[in-house]
Amino acid sequence: MRYDDVSQAIGNTPLVGLPNLSPDGYQVYLKLEGMNPTGSVKDRVARSLLDHARKDGSLQPGQRVLEPTSGNTGIALAALCRVLGHPLTCVMPENTSQERRQLLSLYGAEIVYSPAEQGSNGSVLLARELADADPDVFMPFQYGNPANPLAHYETTAPEILADLPDVAAFVAGLGTGGTVTGAGKRLKQHDPSIRVYAAEPEYGDLVYGLRNLDEGYVPEVLDVDVLDSRIKVDSRKALAWTRRLAAEEGIFAGVSTGASLAVAVRICKRLPQGSKVVALSPDGGWKYLSTGAYAPGDTDDVAEAISGTLWA
Amino acid sequence: MAVVRIPTVLRKHTDGESKVPASGSTVGEVFDDLVARHPGLGEQLLDDGKVRGFINVYVEDEDIRYLDGLGSAVEDDDEIAIMPAVAGGA
Repeated sequence: MRYDDVSQAIGNTPLVGLPNLSPDGYQVYLKLEGMNPTGSVKDRVARSLLDHARKDGSLQPGQRVLEPTSGNTGIALAALCRVLGHPLTCVMPENTSQERRQLLSLYGAEIVYSPAEQGSNGSVLLARELADADPDVFMPFQYGNPANPLAHYETTAPEILADLPDVAAFVAGLGTGGTVTGAGKRLKQHDPSIRVYAAEPEYGDLVYGLRNLDEGYVPEVLDVDVLDSRIKVDSRKALAWTRRLAAEEGIFAGVSTGASLAVAVRICKRLPQGSKVVALSPDGGWKYLSTGAYAPGDTDDVAEAISGTLWA
Repeated sequence: MAVVRIPTVLRKHTDGESKVPASGSTVGEVFDDLVARHPGLGEQLLDDGKVRGFINVYVEDEDIRYLDGLGSAVEDDDEIAIMPAVAGGA
């Protein structure tokens, strides 16, 4: 495949079967979004956010972009902004891994840190304050921008349907909600009987340490009506499935992939025998090596040791 | 009895306990028993008889919005988790 620039090399990722981990009588497939140019599903979202903003004039040539992100969206935006000539500021929780900081710096992005104990909520709050205070920056705001789910409606879901027209269920993680909302809508338009499940990471106590419940946040792009269920996955379980995926299927993925895989395996028994299930793998494991998630040892011990940085 | 997991932000109402027992055959009944034992939780969890916004409630990891809400069945030894709604990593 030949492309004129990096943005055109986004998407058309492999859909790979899991013969060893699929429950008997079911076929689970993983869509490997780590194969995108900057290594995550967020390449699709970053391209969509920038394209729409440039087309409707809300992003002017050379204008600075500012975005709250825990890493993947920032890295994807950084690469594309570099090519398009936009400076970029990312607001990230301060406990994110070294790899993410180094990639962002390499792509020339500036990083502003939000407090670890506020999780992504803190990045959203701080980014909004910074954007409000500076009329010269453009904030795509993936948590509230329809161009985010649209990327999955227009690209992720059609790719799945082309590769597996008889898919019975789709599972993806909940971050902004863009993947389940956009891909889920498209899949249900194709066949209303296709089930859509969200795998919700259970963050550590640190992230849930909000001062009061009114500080809670539900991303605007998440359409809860598209979901058939929303299932929470704790760190230990997500890590265990991520490690099994490498050991038994030869696929090295980030921990969010383990969370979605756990849900995919769990929901198989709700479907007729022979059903095919697609789980979306948002990224590979490379950016998380320094967290210790893949270190040798007992999964419970590893989960305990890295609980503060696992989902950051 | 079911076990209810209490988020950090609400533990001041449970003497700092992160897991507390409560009984009932539905989430609503478990919440009634929970509030009887820890009255401070009442207005934190429910508003006009409904689960407040910015709170997600799970029975054995499944969001009760996709089960039967407060009428969702609870088995003995089930874990009910109360979690604040937060922005996910992205």
